[in-house]
Amino acid sequence: MAVKQISVFMENRAGKISAVTRLLGNGGIDIRAMSLADTTDFGILRIVVNDTEKAMKILEENNFSATTTKVLAVGLDDKPGGLAAVMEALYADNIGVEYMYAFVSREAEKAYVMLRVADNDFASKVLKEKGFILLNSGDLFGEK
Amino acid sequence: MSKYWNEEIECMSREDMKKLQSERLVTQVKHVYENVPYYKKLMDEKGVTPDDINGIEDLHKLPFLTKADLREAYPYGLLAKPLSDCVRIQSTSGTTGKRVVAFYTQNDIDIWENCCARAIVAAGGTKDDVCQVCYGYGLFTGGPGLNGGSHKVGCLTLPMSSGNTERQIQFMMDLKSTILCCTPSYAAYIGESLKEMGYKPEDNKLKAGIFGAEPWTEEMRREIEKSLGIKAYDIYGLTETSGPGVSFECEEQTGMHINEDHFIAEIIDPKTGEVLPEGSKGELVFTSITKEAFPLLRYRTRDICVLTREKCSCGRTLVKMSKPMGRSDDMMIIRGVNVFPSQIETVLIEQGYSPNYLIEVDRVNNTDTLDISVEMNAEQFSDTIKDIQKKEAELVAAIKTMLGINPKVHLVSPKSIARSEGKAVRVIDKRKLH
Repeated sequence: MAVKQISVFMENRAGKISAVTRLLGNGGIDIRAMSLADTTDFGILRIVVNDTEKAMKILEENNFSATTTKVLAVGLDDKPGGLAAVMEALYADNIGVEYMYAFVSREAEKAYVMLRVADNDFASKVLKEKGFILLNSGDLFGEK
Repeated sequence: MSKYWNEEIECMSREDMKKLQSERLVTQVKHVYENVPYYKKLMDEKGVTPDDINGIEDLHKLPFLTKADLREAYPYGLLAKPLSDCVRIQSTSGTTGKRVVAFYTQNDIDIWENCCARAIVAAGGTKDDVCQVCYGYGLFTGGPGLNGGSHKVGCLTLPMSSGNTERQIQFMMDLKSTILCCTPSYAAYIGESLKEMGYKPEDNKLKAGIFGAEPWTEEMRREIEKSLGIKAYDIYGLTETSGPGVSFECEEQTGMHINEDHFIAEIIDPKTGEVLPEGSKGELVFTSITKEAFPLLRYRTRDICVLTREKCSCGRTLVKMSKPMGRSDDMMIIRGVNVFPSQIETVLIEQGYSPNYLIEVDRVNNTDTLDISVEMNAEQFSDTIKDIQKKEAELVAAIKTMLGINPKVHLVSPKSIARSEGKAVRVIDKRKLH
């Protein structure tokens, strides 16, 4: 129950983000979720897209270092304490979060976060047992 | 076909070679003294006359020439023949300051091309080979030198010059090139391009490469050999003495045999000018003993290396010079430490990075800074910041171990550092020290 995320390495240079997004846009790639982690030197753009394979091909052809990682897409209630409940569930089982980012949904009253943890299977099991919804790629792109 | 181009010379006994060098030196010193007022003045100032030079044992009495002399004497000051006897001019790549121009008589050209022919034969070249020369043609000596050598050997010569990599590869494949001559950085780039175009190393017909004109490391040699499926031979030379072919590598790949019948090599202490005993590391000095138009005596190359006379398995008796650690033009002094780009390159390749890098040196608040950009490929990239920072930290530590100073390392995207088709630009020194 995980979704494929693409991470793109980007040295801090003017025009890099603009170049990547334009390339993907021209290739008909729909970005469903994204985050940008940065340091003084470089950044990592993380995206979840409708066609991972095609996006990877475009990135490779244009000399970007990109890699795919499985992350968990978790649905939670869009109300105060909604996110805390997810975090508590993970913490209770001693699951550390490497990074996470939120993304918007087209469904009312639901919020979503992408979670990167060390062990996806274990974290999925824990979250499901506690009643959280985990989305797969179909859920992310099939709901239109 | 013999494995030597000129067996008599290449395998000559030490005694005979000394005798030949002595005779030629005595004649050459007279020729220079009588025809080059600039050098006569230097000799007079030192109180040396041609009568004091009776053999190579007297070589140390002669004054040195440096690149500064060549610049001062530009353009005709060191010319030893009337211009009407000269047939060619070549020039240095001119990366630092004023260019140096060198003159050649037809005899000079013949000798130079024969030196290159020795290098090609040592790399296994015969008249049945197809020799693709992608050194630059023109003022740069790389193209004309290897082109001439290739003709002498009788190879089918492809005078490609540098650049237009797609065309290089098309010719290489269609016309079945067997020997590739270019700078090592361009050879690496061709290897990379072949791979990108879907070719495997065994798809080409190349068997050997003759690479020179810039410093390169043993690690880079192995990379090139692997990517092109060849044996890679080093070649050395400088415009001031002729061009490529001053020395060349044999199949043993343990140093370059100097064409001693044309060039007498010495190693000196770069600080004191004192001649060092064999096996010492120091600055390489050449005396051209056959050159007619532009005969430099005791020219300081600023290349740091070691000479050895250990018996070579190839049978040649010509003295061998180690791969120069770098020309002192390339040497940077950063925070008081001598740094050669080749040292940094060694570390990068050892750590599994590509030999495409850029060194930037600057001075901020009176302290030198060393920034190294290194390309990271997709396989090396992992999804988390801390992994990349760990990679950078590992590189910093390895470079610090090698140089003794702390660099900043920046990992960058593949292909983001400009590729070279001739001599690679590896260093940008932004310090304004002069």
